[in-house]
Amino acid sequence: MARAKLMDFDKALELFEPVIGLEVHVELNTRTKMFSPAANPAHADNHDAEPNTLVAPVDMGLPGSMPTVNAEAIRSSISLGLALGCSIAPSSRFARKNYFYPDLGKNYQISQYDEPIAFEGQVEVELSDGEIVTVPIERAHMEEDAGKLTHVGGATGRIQGAEYSLVDYNRAGVPLVEIVTKPIFGAEHRAPELAKAYLATIRDIAIALGISEARMERGNIRCDANVSLRPRGAERLGTRTETKNVNSMRSVERAVRYEIQRQAAILEAGGTITQETRHWHEDTGETSPGRPKSDADDYRYFPEPDLLPVEPSAELIDELRAALPEQPAERRRRLKAEWGFTDLEFQDVANGGLLAEVQATVAAGATPAAARKWWTGEITRVANVEGREPAELVTPENVAALQGLIDEGTLTDKLARQVLEGVIAGEGTPQQVVDARGLAVVSDDGALIAAIDEALASQPDVLEKIRDGKVQAAGAIIGAVMKAMKGQADAARVRELILTRAGAEGA
Amino acid sequence: MTTDITRLSAAQLAERLAAREVSSVEATRAHLDRIAAVDGDVHAFLHVSDRALDVAADIDRRRAAREELGELAGVPLAVKDVLVTTDMPSTSGSKILEGYMSPYDATVVARSRAAGLVPLGKTNMDEFAMGSSTEHSAYGPTRNPWDLGRIPGGSGGGSAAAVAAFEAPLALGSDTGGSIRQPAHVTGTVGVKPTYGGVSRYGAIALASSLDQVGPVTRTVLDAGLLHDVIGGHDVHDATSLPDAWPSFAEAAREGARGDVLKGLRIGVVKELPDSGFQPGVAASFRESLARLEAQGAEIVEISAPHFEYAVAAYYLILPAEASSNLAKFDSVRFGMRLDVPGGTVEDVMSATRDAGFGPEVKRRIILGTYALSAGYYDAYYGSAQKVRTLIQRDFDQAFRSVDVVATPSAPTTAFRIGEKIDDPLSMYLNDLTTIPANLAGVPGISVPSGLAAEDGLPVGIQFLAPAREDARLYRVGAALEALLVDEWGGSLLDRAPDLTGNDVKGATR
Amino acid sequence: MSEITPDLVRHLGVLARIQLSDEEVTRLTGELDAIVDNIAKVSQVATPDVPATSHPIPMQNVFRPDEVTETLTTAQALQNAPDADGSRFRVTAILGEEQ
Ligand SMILES: [Mg+2]
Ligand SMILES: [Zn+2]
Repeated sequence: MARAKLMDFDKALELFEPVIGLEVHVELNTRTKMFSPAANPAHADNHDAEPNTLVAPVDMGLPGSMPTVNAEAIRSSISLGLALGCSIAPSSRFARKNYFYPDLGKNYQISQYDEPIAFEGQVEVELSDGEIVTVPIERAHMEEDAGKLTHVGGATGRIQGAEYSLVDYNRAGVPLVEIVTKPIFGAEHRAPELAKAYLATIRDIAIALGISEARMERGNIRCDANVSLRPRGAERLGTRTETKNVNSMRSVERAVRYEIQRQAAILEAGGTITQETRHWHEDTGETSPGRPKSDADDYRYFPEPDLLPVEPSAELIDELRAALPEQPAERRRRLKAEWGFTDLEFQDVANGGLLAEVQATVAAGATPAAARKWWTGEITRVANVEGREPAELVTPENVAALQGLIDEGTLTDKLARQVLEGVIAGEGTPQQVVDARGLAVVSDDGALIAAIDEALASQPDVLEKIRDGKVQAAGAIIGAVMKAMKGQADAARVRELILTRAGAEGA
Repeated sequence: MTTDITRLSAAQLAERLAAREVSSVEATRAHLDRIAAVDGDVHAFLHVSDRALDVAADIDRRRAAREELGELAGVPLAVKDVLVTTDMPSTSGSKILEGYMSPYDATVVARSRAAGLVPLGKTNMDEFAMGSSTEHSAYGPTRNPWDLGRIPGGSGGGSAAAVAAFEAPLALGSDTGGSIRQPAHVTGTVGVKPTYGGVSRYGAIALASSLDQVGPVTRTVLDAGLLHDVIGGHDVHDATSLPDAWPSFAEAAREGARGDVLKGLRIGVVKELPDSGFQPGVAASFRESLARLEAQGAEIVEISAPHFEYAVAAYYLILPAEASSNLAKFDSVRFGMRLDVPGGTVEDVMSATRDAGFGPEVKRRIILGTYALSAGYYDAYYGSAQKVRTLIQRDFDQAFRSVDVVATPSAPTTAFRIGEKIDDPLSMYLNDLTTIPANLAGVPGISVPSGLAAEDGLPVGIQFLAPAREDARLYRVGAALEALLVDEWGGSLLDRAPDLTGNDVKGATR
Repeated sequence: MSEITPDLVRHLGVLARIQLSDEEVTRLTGELDAIVDNIAKVSQVATPDVPATSHPIPMQNVFRPDEVTETLTTAQALQNAPDADGSRFRVTAILGEEQ
């Protein structure tokens, strides 16, 4: 595939106004599926189930099967709608979206079409400099997820070139809420950043409501990004592309930025944008064309005759509204005060999309400062290197445990980074890594003294200097001892012992 | 003198079973023998259970152990192949599902088993219940026991013929636009389409979800009530199932048969369905029945249902639209037929399989339904048809303000010849003229034998319709008319059907 | 006359995943044309003031408690599979892309 020409981002923004729209799918963590009583793989208890073990007849579209609506999924959807500032429809309905695909057991998806459960809302999104942008929400509707296809035989594991595919219907029927924004105008050069911040906000809301596992790397939250450009001063919207399944926060930022640059280059050269879906490639940081919009997108929606309208009572809506957690902006103000962070410190956490992680780490026993240090520091560094999300690497509980090992003197900062590496590699909890790798600080003075004596004996000139009071010369001996101890010693203690052993004046 | 067990009604058989004059094994064997003797000609069954005698023996054992059993325990039952069963294949009359084994039972089947009924086999039907003649079965037509050259109605021709040919005392059917009532009409049997939601659809292979209802197919109104009592009532597996508490329909039938329920009963006759629209013998039988009811104190009231004339058109939009979606699951991926397409993509395999696996009528309706739902046509077709539904409901609401039940002939003609209409879908569709409005409005309907048409000597049925949830009214009125007619005839209409074994023996004994 | 053309029928065949032969397309075009002419009359009475009925008996809010019941075993799920690898269904190559 030839690389697309890209226009310089700033130049693209000079010539064109970007308009973005985001469709976010949130998997609910109910015990059962949207339309069947089978266990929900998006619930914490059911991760890693074997293929086709979480299926009821309707998930596979078996003859005679019928859907039934999960009451808890309705409550979660209403709560999410309310948290998005939406109106809850007095009457909403399910509809069938008809298309054939092997991962769709019935060959139609039960979704909502012209009567979604929630509509017309807005979400306040905070950008990196603390500016608050209001994103208008068009609707939030309930639907079911499709099964999972594994493509076998191709070089890449992708669909192209595969010999055959395997279908697992565990995910079929997982409850989803699809949140669709209205076109977002005026974000300008911050459109990519806004896309990312919006996604982080949706994730924060889902976590605060407790309605989703909200792990992006597991696909609990997935994003499609619509991007179009219009020439400065133009009234009409440009043709948009929809980049599908951009499934991390940093990717959505990159994908929006990429599409702006790509579309600008085409338009500037006198070309036209094709209305199509596009795929995001994490490895190359590019999008590639998918299927153009066509007659095949005739989904033949009609009201689902097997299900009845959803008409939540005012009492139910009031009850769920009363139980809503605080709004994201409010929550930020509260957390900042609680943690005692400076503006810069707090933005560091917020911009990294790490509020929930820091909060959970503090809840697990770490100080706010320690939690912030780990998440914005070493964990983010490793995540950037690996092109993953910090939250994917390690759990807040393990971060707190790691800090605990430092605080009790079992680990030095440097050792702790090695332990973290082991935790990320899947070697277990920090304590398990410490045990398995033998990484704890050597606190046995006998072993240290032996190493010190050996080092002093082999460097008599240094010993001489120390005895003469040139205490800083001890550094060379510390280095040798630390090397002998494979780094597993407390440098301050080693220094103390050296001075004692050398009989230095200052000791 | 030994009674021919197969000639007994289910109620009579149940009494003898309860009195231990007959065992379920004997009853089951008698019906299996009858199937072996006549089904080669009738072809009512697609599959005969090899477990029926074991199930019967189990009922006998439980009865011997003085276990509390349901009223119909030990009585054999034929099951329309549209209903999924764990112990027999379920094909819905289609090649695409040949050999399909369901991992679960339809709710009505599960309830029948729980009541101690003995499933004998699966009955033939038009493919996916699309048709009015059972000629569209992928497994060959069923023949009408009254004349083997004629159709037994459809789509549930197999269930009606099985009951009419004394191969089973009871059968389960499904009715989307008349598939229980029209076969009852042409075979001289009784068929009931319950109020929509009165009987669970779970496990009934869906044709048109907003129209489908499962119901009883029997030889007497009381038998229908007994079976309805077993299969009906709320089911959590079907969201459209009504949570209502239902009265006993068997009790309603008994009340109708003995009491004077006809006195003061107001029966509506639809002005827009004039006699001229029916075969003369059908119209004549209808009028005779009305006269008999009137003689017993019923009042015949002309009502107007101005939108009935749009019912067939609305039906042939709603049904294909829903069917096109319901039948999308037959795609060769998880079950059913798969054609080998060398080098083909999954799309190629799906398309080739669906072309080979579906018969012409099914393809016709899927394409029609796909069209009716397409962007740009939805409002004009599907949307308009749903509005016609509202208008027909209003017609019924209006009518039931002045009458207790509505009566119509059950179908326009008696059984036509096999092959006569197979190439004329439009005239085939008109067969359902009188039955369709009930499905569109969700109201219950019953077809009861009313006599034979003078011109061809073939059975005719009369249909009664009641307001939604008033199914009991149909059993009362149907049983009352049945009692009058049987009394007058000196036996059931089916006593006059030809014997199929070549022995010209009539009556209940031999 | 209605607007049913062979091209439209062929397109409907693609949407419905039925690989219609030329002969089937020709026959269906004629049949559908006649049927559609007949059923189009619904629009005569379907005026804007008439609400649509999609469900014959009005009900709403029919929900199921969020409790796991009645799940199939893998063996049951695969019982009728035309092709499978032991735990998953197997299909030939998929043209196109993930949705
Ligand atoms: Mg979408
Ligand atoms: Zn969606």
